[in-house]
Amino acid sequence: MALEKLVIVGNGMAPGRMLEHLFEQAPGRYDVTIFNAEPRVNYDRIMLSPVLSGEKSFDDIVIHDDAWYETHNVTLHRGARVTEIDRASKTVTSANGITAPYDRLVIATGSSPFIIPVPGHQLEGVLAYRDLDDVEAMQRYASFRGNAVVIGGGLLGLEAAAGLHMQGMKVTVIHLMPTLMERQLDTAAGYLLQKELEGRGIDIRCGANTRAILGDGDDRVIAVELDDGTVIDADMVVMAVGIRPSTALAAEAGLEVNRGIVCDVQLRTSDPAISAIGECVEVDGRVYGLVAPLYTMAKILAADLAGAPVDGFLHAETPTKLKVTGVNLYSVGDFAEGDDREEVVLRDAARGTYKRVIVKDDRIIGAVLYGDVADGGWYNELLRKGECVRELRETLIFGQAFQNAGNSDPLAAVANLADDAEICGCNGICKGAITGTIKDKGLSTLDEVRAHTKASASCGTCTNLVESLMALTLGDSFDASAPKAMCGCTHLPHGDVRRLIKANALKSIPAVMQELEWTTSGGCAKCRPALNYYLLADWPGEYVDDNQSRFINERVHANIQKDGTYSVIPRMWGGMTNSQELRAIADVVDKFAIPTVHVTGGQRIDLLGVKKEDLPGVWADLNKAGMVSGHAYGKSLRTVKTCVGTNWCRMGTQDSTGLGVALEKFLWGSWTPHKVKLAVSGCPRNCAEATCKDIGIVCVDSGYEVHYAGAAGIHIQGTTKLTTVETEEEVMEITAAMMQMYREQGFYLERIYKWADRVGHDTIRAQILDNPDPRRAYYDRFVFSQRFSQTDPWSERVSGKDKHEFKPMADLSSPSMEPAE
Amino acid sequence: MNAATPVARIADTGWVHVGTIDDIPRQGARCVRTDGATIAVFRTEDDRIFAMEDRCPHREGPLSQGIVHGNCVTCPLHNWVLSLETGLAQGADEGSVPTYPVRLEDGAIHLQLQNPA
Repeated sequence: MALEKLVIVGNGMAPGRMLEHLFEQAPGRYDVTIFNAEPRVNYDRIMLSPVLSGEKSFDDIVIHDDAWYETHNVTLHRGARVTEIDRASKTVTSANGITAPYDRLVIATGSSPFIIPVPGHQLEGVLAYRDLDDVEAMQRYASFRGNAVVIGGGLLGLEAAAGLHMQGMKVTVIHLMPTLMERQLDTAAGYLLQKELEGRGIDIRCGANTRAILGDGDDRVIAVELDDGTVIDADMVVMAVGIRPSTALAAEAGLEVNRGIVCDVQLRTSDPAISAIGECVEVDGRVYGLVAPLYTMAKILAADLAGAPVDGFLHAETPTKLKVTGVNLYSVGDFAEGDDREEVVLRDAARGTYKRVIVKDDRIIGAVLYGDVADGGWYNELLRKGECVRELRETLIFGQAFQNAGNSDPLAAVANLADDAEICGCNGICKGAITGTIKDKGLSTLDEVRAHTKASASCGTCTNLVESLMALTLGDSFDASAPKAMCGCTHLPHGDVRRLIKANALKSIPAVMQELEWTTSGGCAKCRPALNYYLLADWPGEYVDDNQSRFINERVHANIQKDGTYSVIPRMWGGMTNSQELRAIADVVDKFAIPTVHVTGGQRIDLLGVKKEDLPGVWADLNKAGMVSGHAYGKSLRTVKTCVGTNWCRMGTQDSTGLGVALEKFLWGSWTPHKVKLAVSGCPRNCAEATCKDIGIVCVDSGYEVHYAGAAGIHIQGTTKLTTVETEEEVMEITAAMMQMYREQGFYLERIYKWADRVGHDTIRAQILDNPDPRRAYYDRFVFSQRFSQTDPWSERVSGKDKHEFKPMADLSSPSMEPAE
Repeated sequence: MNAATPVARIADTGWVHVGTIDDIPRQGARCVRTDGATIAVFRTEDDRIFAMEDRCPHREGPLSQGIVHGNCVTCPLHNWVLSLETGLAQGADEGSVPTYPVRLEDGAIHLQLQNPA
């Protein structure tokens, strides 16, 4: 039995898709013949814009190659424009004389660009934007650079304009309406789009009407003249003002034609043997130009041809997207204003985003998104399903992720961020870079992410965000709340290490590394200083400080600066000094040619730019004047700031200076998990700023308020008040007990406020305040520990300790290069 | 400041005696000054000696002041980790420091200064 003959007039995307469905549903049923007016195979017309801009080649956008036609036994007549349909004999004939009989005929003639009949529209250099021939013609003009005028600021015109601009032409867009793409965008989004395109260098003239296209003597385009008399130079004019269904062939065959070829919902024309598909079709009074409804038609027609049951074609709103690289816009449905509808608008001027959702009777009827289009699909889904959005009303505009996860889930907010949202302000790292690197490099720990992206590696305030991104990217395999290992040398977190050091009486770094199964032979620059501190704090008098495990500042008792020199800060007890000390400092500055002298925030004097080999000499001179190390370089007691209190101040309530000096003399030299800063203010006016210190004392008439856990660095936090006591002795005992509790419990590089948050203020209060026994025990352990720490490290080194630190091992430089002494 | 002990130069071979292993603490470093670069000489936990330019490829931090661990040193300024053997930055950082051949004989350290790698 001979196969039924299916003839298709037109080889665009709609019949191409229809054939795919048909071959799937009814393989081998038809003998298929296609007449294509264009001399080529089926290609993705939507992607012509990237071809024009040079971002894609024709080969990239081919849908069906020659092999496909062969495989499916399709006869393809290229460059064969059908000029006649003989419905009586059921044949079609092309201009080049090919006649084919049909049992079923499909008309897919598509549409033609509308050319405004202004004077000059027939000049050479006036082009439409419809098929690959147009694109190739435009590219030929573009290769000479020069001026292009695009008439029409709709979807197609703007894509053409952007493409020609990328090809190096100077482009002007002439648009009749006041804003761009007025059929798809409201005025706000149209404005943002115009600003974006103008920012790229495309000249946009809205509200402009073309009076004539001007030509030279050879009938070639040279300019476009507007109604207001403006003349714009043009080597090429692209008309992109709209399309019209191509209906001439059908009309000549006597089929019913209105704006398009009139079809029923099964896409049959007035002749049941003839169907139509694509932009030439009119169903229920509407014609369609976007691909989504055309693909719906393809399904319906394929089913009909296969003899399968058919759902009729139903009108659906189709979202619009502009295919211009770097411009994100999305619109769907009806977004005109009206009394019967409400709108929800979200604008972010800084990000250049605009979202507007139009709601009528609790249902979304339209949406316009510019900049952030991530939720376009979701709004369209709600619109398509006609879902009631009353419950979502308040948060609708924030998008889908917000709804699904709820406001309380921090991951939702992070998931919602755009890829170019900045996560780490210090290093300028955006979300996409972090998630991309996590995936590409297979990162699984925060440290790795920091190492590879630098995100949260500086101030660390974005750590939570980075961890959320890791949770989103890695899923369940990432647990941010799990205690983190100290470093890459062990799986144990700080807390476990501290506990095991005490429990197993581990008293040296090698012992810790051996017993706790360190995975590296000698640790690293992160764990060694921590272990050295833990051992020093836990075994006072027994553990021998490992100098090589200390950061350089604590090793040489000065602060390394960016150029490799050091800064020296002598202690000024309670911020007090005198002429003898100042004279000695001045002499040291002169003698060692110290370039910078600075007053610190901790009430003392910093000598900056000291050469390493000069340090012992500087210290010797400062020692002679009675000054000792200020430990400004250490994880240790730094300063005790004071005000002058009752000694001088008419507001003073207590001897704040005297108490500050006493505290500093008591506490100095102790090593701590991180630096410790104190202050004593003589009255609640708090001139010594005691309420942002690790421990702060505020004197009042009735005695002394003891505060703790303040911070004034990256993080700013006022102190928590522990208690008010009546005597200086009580202040000393409480302060020392708290210092010791912190020394025994704190993790290395954890300030007092972080330690307090971790262990809980109630715990600290119970141990230090409510119960005298543990307080006294902490105090006693602190006093014991201080017996081994209150030796001035500077005088030790002046006497020759660690001499090797301050001298080169060898000097091979030429004697003439030696600086004069 | 007095210059360090004068040292003998072995001009014909290019090897220069710069000191002994006891001059450097384990997991520590000392500097050797030359007319050109300052050279950091490192001693690891297991008594191997390495020499490289005393200048981190990142921000020129003095590597001799860093913490020595395993075959690596961590720069004191911004915690870059460099291999003492190859001079290459470790982990995600990229960069390298010139290294110098070292000969250790009976505790005496000799450096080949002419051809840094």
